[in-house]
Order: sequence, then structure tokens, then C-alpha cells
Amino acid sequence: MFIYIDNKKYQCSPTESVLQVALRNNIMIPHLCYHEDLPIDSNCRACLVEADGSVATSCDFKVEPNLKVKTSTPEVKRLVKTNLELLFAGHKENCPKCQKGYHCRVGVAIRKFKLNPKKYSRPPVPRPVHKMAAAAEIDPNLCIACNKCVEMCEKIGINFLKLDGKAAQTSVNYNHDKKTDCIYCGQCTVHCPVGSAREQSHLEQVEKALKNKNKITIAQCAPSIRCSIGEEFGLPPGTNLEGQINTALRQLKFDKVFDVNMGADITTYVEAQELAHRLKIDAKYGRQPLRKSGSIHRSPAGRGVGGPMFTSCCPGWVKFVEFYHPKIIKNLTTARSPQIHSGGAYKTWWAKKQGIDPRKIITVSIMPCTSKKYEARHKKLKVNGMYPVDYVLTTREFYILLEKNKIDLPNLKKSQVDREGTFSGAAAIYGASGGVMESALRSAYHFIAGKELPQIEYKQVRGMEKIKTANIKFGSKQLKVAVAATAKAAESIIQELKKNPASYDYVEVMACPGGCIGGGGQPIPSTEAIIAKRIAGLYQIDSKMKLRRAHQNPIVKEFMEEYIPSLPKEKQVALLHTHYTKKQKFE
Amino acid sequence: MPNILEKIKQAGLVGRGGAGFPAHLKWKAVASAKSKKKYLVVNFSEGELGLFKDIHIMQKFPDVVFSGIRLALDFIGSRDCYFNYNKEYYKKTKSLVLPLIKRYEGAGYRFYIYGEEPSYIGGEETALLNAIEGRRTEPRAKPPFPTTSGLFSCPTLVHNIETLYNIALVGQQKFENKRFYCLSGGKSEGVYFLPADWSIQKVLKQTENYPVFNFFVQIGGSVSGEVLNSNQIKKREVEGAGSIEVYPIKTKPRDLMLKWFDFYACESCGKCCPCRLGSYNISKILKQNKKIDWKEIINLLESMEKTSFCALGKMTYIPVESYIKNVLKLKISLKQI
Repeated sequence: MFIYIDNKKYQCSPTESVLQVALRNNIMIPHLCYHEDLPIDSNCRACLVEADGSVATSCDFKVEPNLKVKTSTPEVKRLVKTNLELLFAGHKENCPKCQKGYHCRVGVAIRKFKLNPKKYSRPPVPRPVHKMAAAAEIDPNLCIACNKCVEMCEKIGINFLKLDGKAAQTSVNYNHDKKTDCIYCGQCTVHCPVGSAREQSHLEQVEKALKNKNKITIAQCAPSIRCSIGEEFGLPPGTNLEGQINTALRQLKFDKVFDVNMGADITTYVEAQELAHRLKIDAKYGRQPLRKSGSIHRSPAGRGVGGPMFTSCCPGWVKFVEFYHPKIIKNLTTARSPQIHSGGAYKTWWAKKQGIDPRKIITVSIMPCTSKKYEARHKKLKVNGMYPVDYVLTTREFYILLEKNKIDLPNLKKSQVDREGTFSGAAAIYGASGGVMESALRSAYHFIAGKELPQIEYKQVRGMEKIKTANIKFGSKQLKVAVAATAKAAESIIQELKKNPASYDYVEVMACPGGCIGGGGQPIPSTEAIIAKRIAGLYQIDSKMKLRRAHQNPIVKEFMEEYIPSLPKEKQVALLHTHYTKKQKFE
Repeated sequence: MPNILEKIKQAGLVGRGGAGFPAHLKWKAVASAKSKKKYLVVNFSEGELGLFKDIHIMQKFPDVVFSGIRLALDFIGSRDCYFNYNKEYYKKTKSLVLPLIKRYEGAGYRFYIYGEEPSYIGGEETALLNAIEGRRTEPRAKPPFPTTSGLFSCPTLVHNIETLYNIALVGQQKFENKRFYCLSGGKSEGVYFLPADWSIQKVLKQTENYPVFNFFVQIGGSVSGEVLNSNQIKKREVEGAGSIEVYPIKTKPRDLMLKWFDFYACESCGKCCPCRLGSYNISKILKQNKKIDWKEIINLLESMEKTSFCALGKMTYIPVESYIKNVLKLKISLKQI
């Protein structure tokens, strides 16, 4: 089947819309409320075309054989301009990025379409910007009611957001129900086309720190950044720019370029040890039936806790447990998360090695995530009175910083991380759903049996499915594992475990689709197809590395096997472990 | 009553909510849709200005309306009736309606009352269904139409009160081609039940509403309806919802436009950008300047007409265009709309 767009013939399938055919063929039709993974709402009315002689929205116009579509008749152009000017009314005045002269997608569109953003106006919505803890925020006065954040929040399994109000005051609001709370995943921010839902910016603080000569600034990038930042520069998703990022960070005047991947290796080390420990308890005491309280922990009280063990490096998932399922707090690994592990290591072990006053260190994480901003402000994670991580930039904020400093990332020379940022392939795959699980599996057997399993790759836990389960041969045993991406997927695993606590021994959960690589701080657009390509990039990094097991990372060995044992017990715990508590709404 | 569908068809009954869709087609579609559950939604709410006939009918002939409800439910083979009840109307008619509901419930029918905050968008069938389901009151994409996938995704028949009243008359073989006219702006405001094929002029004269002053009228709703001059009404009949509002010829254009666009700016559901922000900006433009910026208003109206999601936004140009053409006779280009 064919349609004609601007007199050119294009092949299409009968289920496609005109917009889908156009986008597939790189024909530019402006659109704000269309997202390929979400329902077609057709409410922004910007994707106008002339189809069969009359003006129509292309997102919900199904193709017909030999349909004739025109994208730029004078009428279409005029209407698109009017609708965009209506949609962007009040944007510049309310957008903090535009106000500060930072890169803003709407600002770019305004220039590109030669729009007059002040031609029309919109009535103020009498609600302040709502901050979701220290992670994200929603501004009702920038919202264009496209409904994507609401749908995405529902898809994640939270339903915290909704559209509220009527007529021109229709805009995003949060759910006031006491039993519903945000988990800070930031999926609203990565699905907002206009920056109404956005990260709480740390850009100014980071710029200030970089100018401060009395500070030692450390940059550490999360595993996922390297395979997604290229998208901001027009490169295909999954392009690995690790070496260029290291160079760029030095150009930005960071004193040290380390890596959250090193922290991920520490996390794996600690978590795999804990998994080994829990499995031993299980082996000794057997599995307890479900308690009346609904709790799914299995070991006798006072004897420590056996499996199933859940990962805890996703602060969104942890918040989900602490708010919605406090009864399974005991099942979360106490291992700190990668950025907190490495941040803490740099402010203690590395500072001591270098003879530096750790109070002079400013650690800046660059993360694909907004909930990492929330995590960085946890007082309970402080080390010697200091936050392990001072500021967190999202991938998008990192791009703003690069753009502002006119750094053409793709064309930079590659360079290595500084020595204490060295990492293994196990860390590189942390960004993908199933990656934490796979990394822990590569190390756990070492801690159980004192020897290595020959198997490195666990392909059963890879991929974009929301729930992946596998029986893994683990020496003489079968280890039952599950990997869940999105809170909704986690919820069904939790329900399964409540029915049968023996369903799984080890469960990885990430709040976002595809894991951190599909995180709320990633470049826009972020679609499942794009995420899958980014994931392929991460596994490629791992497959090319010689060092593929976290516990074999020499830096991690130095930290874990020389520095940590030299500390008193409580300091060891303070650096490596954390604890969780039941949370109230907005906590 | 097996031949009721044929009778409705022969009577030429059309919906009296404004859209004028042939009732028998709706009935046929719902009856032939395959589903265990089907619903009748009674829309007892008039969100448009200048309309007050449905409450008049309910106050005068509640029994007739309910026998229409029963005919419709029996025909589609359902016992479930959702009753969209304008909260203002509820106060005024509950003493008549609630006992009837009780009586029909005694006969095995089930009624679910939905107390509606009076709204214009509630006149859009799918928006009404969303509201009843507890969702945001905004229209759904069509197709699917409510007749095949309506309330809770089941085939649903939606009728307003006048249509149900007419259905009852058809059932009793008493239907004549008459309609209810809401008359306002004249000497004898009120609701009149008169032949549907009378000219507007005849309706005004017969009801002693024909003004002594120079005038124009707006028919089919006092916001979205068409504006006609006193010559045009000699031959024209009322179309859409049954209302005729008389305005003195010296009515200030800006006042009339503000009446319309303040209404739209307040009543737009907010779903699509041209309707929600177009109506707000037209109202704002009118308020800011004493002189009407027709060019900019027509620009916005074009957007609303050609790119709004639902019919309510698409129809906003009708009163303005007809007012300019028929009454103001301005020499401005209306090509865009």
C-alpha cells in the first residue's frame, strides 16, 4: 500500500497513521502529544496536514490506498503556526530554561517556526510549581495538557499525575489521594514535550562549583549516559561516547573524571556478598510459609533475613517499597547504590590516599535519572557528615552544560577515566534492566564457593520485556530469579511472592522501562525502540572488555579488601550499607 | 412492540439535542451490536444558552418521557438506564422524577443517577459518557461510536428528553411533526409546542414574540446557533436545538461576541489547544479593545473550526460568520472560515 506525501510515493502498512509514515521517512511534521509508546490523544492539534483536500491531524489519520497528503500548503502552515503560538503562549515567561538562556526544546521550536510566543496568552493557573521531593517538579503554567505524563505515570504503575481544571486552565496536577505518591522516577519529565514536568535543576550549583578554585570537583557518569548523550547531538541511540565524555568533562574543568561504574562494581561486590549470605541462611533454615502480615521474608526472626532478595539501587523502586510495600523492606539488599558507593569512596578512601581534605570535594554525578537527585539528598547516606554526592545532573542537563560551553562532543578526542574510575564490564551493563542481576550473578558464586562460574553472560535476563524470569544453574543449585522493569511489573512480582514466597530467590527491580537506560533523565524523545538500541550499546561495551567481573576490578579490590577492612565496623557499614524506613506521602 | 423501529423511521424522528441525527439509525445500530450489556443514557441537561425545553417537558410530561425511556430500553433489550441529571434540574424536578424512577425500578428496570454539574461539553455524547464513567469530561475519538462502544465500552443509546418524549408519542401513535421552541428576547418568553415546519417568522408571530423594533435572531442555541436577519426568517425553519432568541438590531457587536466567547472560554473542556486557548484569546482580544480586531478573531476562528477535536470547537465560527454576513454586513474577508 502506498500514500503520497508532498507528491512523493511512500510505502506504508494499513495500520499506520499519516504521521507515523512521515516520521518513519524523516518528513518533519511538528507534533507534541504524539508518542509512539502511548495512546494517541490527538489534543495538541499541531501535526496538521492536508489529506484528501482538507486539513486534518496526521497522528490519528489512518492511511488509505493512494491517499494524497500535503504537509505545507499555505493553509496548513498558517494553522500550524496559530496552534503552536497558542500552545506556547506564556512559555518563555514561565520556563526557567528559557529565562536562564539554557537550551530548551520549545525555545528551539519557536525560533525554527518563526513563532511569536507573545502573540497569544493563557490565564495563570493558581497553583505553584509542585516539587516531587528533590527529584522532579511540575509547573501547571507551562503544561499544554498533552496528557503524556499522566499516561506514562499510569504505565509505570503509580497514577500520581492527572489533568485538572477546565478550559484554558486545564493543566497537570498531582493526585491528592493519601495512598498515592510519586516515586520520583521522572518518567513525566522525559515524556513532557514542553518542560512543564522537569528535573529539579542542579546546573547553576554545578557551574558555580566548577568556577570555585578552592573546590576539587569530581565528575562521575552513570553507565547509561555514554550510550544516550549522543542522541542530543543527532547520533543514533546506542552510540558509545565514553571516551569523548571523559575529554569533555576535563574541558569543563572537572578536576577528576571518575565513573559511577566503579561504584557499580562496589555495589555488585557488596550485593553479591549479601545474596550469598541470604542464600546460605535459606539453605540452613529452609523457607518459611507466608506470614499473616503478608510479609514475604522467610527466615526465623532474629536470625537475619533469607531470600528473596530485591535489588535496591533504583531509588524510585526503593521509594515504591517504602511507601506502598513497607513489609518487604527487609527483603531489599542493604547495599548502597553505585553513585553513593563511589561518591563515598572518593570522599574517604581516595581523599585519604591523596591527602586531600574531603570537605573540599564536590562530587557531581551525571545520571539518566531524576530519583538520583532525591537519593543524593538522603541524610542517612552521609559519610563523616558529608553527602557522598553533592549534585546530580541528568543527561539532558549535561547536554545543556556542553551546549553552553560550545563543546562538540561527538568530535572530541577520546580519553580514559582517571585511575580510580576504572570499572568492569559488569558495571557497564548496570544501566540495562537485568544488568544488576547479571553482574551480581557473575560475582555471587565467587562468594559462595570461592571459585568462579565459567558462565559470564545471562541472556535470559536481558531485553525490554517488563518481566523476565529464569532458572539459573548455580553450581549444584537452581537459582530462581526475576527481573522487573516499572513499578507495575514489580507489583505483580510482589503479589506472586506473597502467594508463594519460594517463587524467586533474587529479584531485580527498576522503576523505568528498560532500566536506567530508559530513565527519567534521558534525552527526549525516549521510546522503547530507542531504549532497546541504547541497551545494545551497553552490552557491546561489556562484551569488548577483558575485565567482566566486579569483584576482580583492581580498584574495587583495593577499596573493599584493603581500605574497608582497615576501618572500624561501624564505618564499614556506614560506607557500604544503608537501611530503609516506611515513608509517608511526600517524604 | 416489534414495529416501533419502523414507526420511528416513518415518523422521521431525529435527535432533538442539536445534531439532528435520525433516531432509527441509532436504535438499529445499538440493537444489532453484539454485547451482553447495553445501556440507555438519558441526557437531562441543557448546557447551551437559550435552551430550557427539556426541563419544561419533564415538568409537564414526566410520565410520557418515562414511557419513552421504557420503549427504548425494551427495544435494545436492556434494563440499565444511566440518568444524567443536571444538578440544577434535579432540585427543580426530583419530586416528579424520583417517584417515577422508583416505579420503574419496581418493574425491574435499573436506574443510575449521575448528578451533573451543568456543562456545555456534556452535550457531546462521548464526553458525557466519560463523565459518567468518572473520567475527565472530554470527548473521545470517534469511531467507535457510542452505539457500538459507549458507556463502559458497551453499546449505548444516548437520548435527550425531547427525543424520548417524541419516542413515546410515536409509540402511542400520537406523533405529529411538532417540536418545542424555546423563545427568548421577545415579549412572551417561554416554551411552545408547534409544528416543526413553521417558518421562524410564523413562530414568532403566533407566539406574540414578533418584535416591534428592528431585530435579528439567533436560532438553534444562543451561543453556537446561526444568526439570521429579519428577512431571512420569513422562509427559514429552526434547525438544530429548538431555540429562537430575538436581539434588537442595536445590540453592540462586542457585547454579543463577548456573551458567546466568555461562554466558550469557560465551557471548553480543555482537551484540544485551538478550542481551549482560541476561545480564551478571542474573549481576551474582545475585552482589551473597544474596537473589534476582526482579522485576529477570524484567524483564531479558522483554527478552531478546522482543527478542533470535537464538534463544539468546530462550530464556534457559525454564529460569528452568520452574524457578520447576515446582520453586520461587514466588508471583511471570511474566506478563511
